[in-house]
Amino acid sequence: MKTIIRWKLRLLLIFLSFTAFGCATIHPWDRDLLAEKKMSLNPSPMVRAVDNHIYFSKEGSTGGDDIGGGGCGCN
Amino acid sequence: MKQWSRSFFILLVLALSVAAKSAKIPTDLKTAPPFDLPTRSGNISLDSLRGKVVLIDFWASWCAPCRQSFPWMSKVYDRYKSKGFEIVAINLDKNKDLADDFIFEFSPPFTVAFDPEGKTAEAYGVPAMPSSYIVNQDGTIIHSHAGFDPKKTDIVEKEIQEAFPR
Repeated sequence: MKTIIRWKLRLLLIFLSFTAFGCATIHPWDRDLLAEKKMSLNPSPMVRAVDNHIYFSKEGSTGGDDIGGGGCGCN
Repeated sequence: MKQWSRSFFILLVLALSVAAKSAKIPTDLKTAPPFDLPTRSGNISLDSLRGKVVLIDFWASWCAPCRQSFPWMSKVYDRYKSKGFEIVAINLDKNKDLADDFIFEFSPPFTVAFDPEGKTAEAYGVPAMPSSYIVNQDGTIIHSHAGFDPKKTDIVEKEIQEAFPR
């Protein structure tokens, strides 16, 4: 049992070491690229809303997302 | 086990130190790093400005405080250019069209150079946008400023005045 915990600990340490190596510096002058629209989590809210509207209308119900309605596809 | 955890600990510390080193920015520069950059009319190098007091300003079109700094720099430039004062505003935009729009809007009277790869900014260790450096006639950085604060323009102007030999 103890050996398993030890190995888990070792693996965790290895993982942490690698994540530390993965750190990157973003220069202040490179921040424009990060601020671009295509870099956002939802680059096109309108298209996403329409897609969701159609999807949830077909599914017959809404919920769990950011649009309201009863599933009739008419709102 | 002890030996193992010790070696892992050392590895972890090493990894963190490597990460910390990559994030370090040189801020203790004394001599202004040389540059030779394109402008709208030929190249400009720092060596060609030796003997003048130079304000080197790093900016980008997307940087909001730069919109405040440009009108102020234009005023300061007009006030001191006869004394041997020069401003080199180094643009760091990746997209030159955006920089051109900005220049068209503000039509600065001073030199605007382009460094889309940011190599000069790296050499100067630019910590924020905008960042400015006052270089005296010997090519030594005497003051540096990260960001632009309209309330502190008097201080910066005083620093420029003091850069001229009496």
